[in-house]
Amino acid sequence: MRLNYPGTIRVVRVPCTGKVDVLHILRAFEKGADGVYIVGCLEGDCRFENGNLRARKRVEQAGEILKAIGIGGDRVKMYNLSSGEGTKFAEFAVEMTEKIKELGPNPLKKAKEKMAA
Amino acid sequence: MIVADKKPIEEIIDMVKDFKKLLIVGCNECVTVCEAGGKKEVGILASALRMYFMNEGKKVDIDEITLERQCDHEYLEELRNNIDQYDAVLSLACGVGVQFMAEKYFGTPVFPGVNTCFMGVTEERGVWSERCQGCGQCMLGKTAGICPISRCAKRLLNGPCGGSTKGKCEINKDLDCAWQLIIDRLKELGRLDDYEEIIPIKDWSTERAGGPRKVVREDVRL
Amino acid sequence: MSANNVPSRLKKILDAGHLAVTSECGPPRGSDPKAIKKKAEMIKDHVDAINITDNQTSVTRLCSLAACIHLKLMGVEPTLQMVVRDRNRIALQSDILGAASFDINNILCLSGDHQQFGDCPQGQNVFDLDSMQLIQTVRLMRDEGKFLGGDAINRPPQMFVGAAANPFADPFEIRVPRLAKKIAAGVEFIQTQCIYNLDKFELWMKQARDRGLHEKAYILAGVTPFKSAGMAKYMKNRVPGMDVPDDVVKRMSGVPKEKQADEGINICVESIQRLKEVEGVKGFHIMAIEWEDKVPEIVERSGLYPRPNDL
Repeated sequence: MRLNYPGTIRVVRVPCTGKVDVLHILRAFEKGADGVYIVGCLEGDCRFENGNLRARKRVEQAGEILKAIGIGGDRVKMYNLSSGEGTKFAEFAVEMTEKIKELGPNPLKKAKEKMAA
Repeated sequence: MIVADKKPIEEIIDMVKDFKKLLIVGCNECVTVCEAGGKKEVGILASALRMYFMNEGKKVDIDEITLERQCDHEYLEELRNNIDQYDAVLSLACGVGVQFMAEKYFGTPVFPGVNTCFMGVTEERGVWSERCQGCGQCMLGKTAGICPISRCAKRLLNGPCGGSTKGKCEINKDLDCAWQLIIDRLKELGRLDDYEEIIPIKDWSTERAGGPRKVVREDVRL
Repeated sequence: MSANNVPSRLKKILDAGHLAVTSECGPPRGSDPKAIKKKAEMIKDHVDAINITDNQTSVTRLCSLAACIHLKLMGVEPTLQMVVRDRNRIALQSDILGAASFDINNILCLSGDHQQFGDCPQGQNVFDLDSMQLIQTVRLMRDEGKFLGGDAINRPPQMFVGAAANPFADPFEIRVPRLAKKIAAGVEFIQTQCIYNLDKFELWMKQARDRGLHEKAYILAGVTPFKSAGMAKYMKNRVPGMDVPDDVVKRMSGVPKEKQADEGINICVESIQRLKEVEGVKGFHIMAIEWEDKVPEIVERSGLYPRPNDL
């Protein structure tokens, strides 16, 4: 299909979204990511039964932690699609990028600069 | 196992906000199984605290370690050589571990990172419930293997009370009436007649009421 | 039924074979004794003894013991309700002696509602003893003149020992064994939970008779008049351990609002009439919740007036 999606996104492949842990999400922010989203299979269609459901819960958990520490809970999101929905993959990428642009950069970046100065 | 629950991160932040070098110590036993204070939870909390302090413009060093247990000397001793580097310790062990840490490292402030709840079982992933209050004189043999002290809201030794409705406790529709469970099981065991035996007034002196408890076993002491 | 000579008027009436009538009053949420005296004044000529509730539904109130003393000083016979929720064995025994020092001769041993229902849901509970063990304690103090610790009591309490029974709570199969257990613990009279499901009560009573329990303790049938259809529905749906059949709710809802109170009294009187015929029912416990002024009417219309006064 050769669809375009924003080049600011770094894709990290995992065998199943169930492999993604809260800690992975948090570490991404610690290292400067402005947003993290997980794209899993459709709910009910997980090959490992509930990997994507676990992922959703972990995304929610990460969101709560990020909110509590002042980074912002809206910077993480869970998406689902089927393997035949390449266009959706691109749409999610655009949507998430727009959202992050709206929220601005990860506040840790500014904090780091300040501390360095 | 001892079941603990996570503390709100805001509460943890409030406890440790004035320290510059912090050690978060997890425990590989009960709190790992109930997903409140194992290695993974230590990692998550450390990451969250690092980001929080950075965002606040504070320079705080946070290290992580998870010990095999925090309720035994030999594992806690692993911290001996490094403990003085830290301004404070945040222990994700149960209240037992937190206290043993504080006893051992007398000059180091120690804070609890979890709320210790009870002795219980994993009913299913993410659901834990109480089974024992450590009364010191087990009477499960008289109550068909179901403990009225830990599982009846009124710890009635001769229940059920009048509030037992459709097998549930009056205080919560989701809570099984312990005495219904006892009766069901007595019936299953063909021992319903045992129900009419009055359980005598309990000696609570081996329970919390008798003051802090201690077990001394000369047969195994060195 | 029991050979002791506890100077309880309630006991004497029952021993003499009369149908006893008791009622109950809740103490006020304050220190003014007028409220309790007023309630007692309303009903004292129509009942043999008045229960004073002990922080019922775990809402903090003037204590049962003090309210019983007020009644005693008025010449009315009180029944001290005592729950094991709030006091350990030291306090329970101490309060029993305190009551005995005022010659309060009836006690009702209860577990007490869980504190979660009251105004101090964050409070501790005690439950050092349970209601069964409280019965044993009072009997020990009275019959053997001993404290739980084994020491002798100087002037032991003289108390007629009662307990509650709920024929409707679950599981039904142990309701009668539970009664038997309370009797084995030493209970002498029983006041039952409010009876609306008369069929079920009769079944319970039959099972009790089959074991001869009706001859081992006096069973007073509990009744509570509905003030409104709303109250009937509330009792049916919201009060744990309460059994209100649909037809009773329907009957209350079937009359216009202004007549519902009268209908509630009618149902109550009819229930008493029917229960009088049940073998083993030795009296009635009329719990007119915040409606004490209706007790005389219920007693009179049920043919339970005048009360025996030659004892």
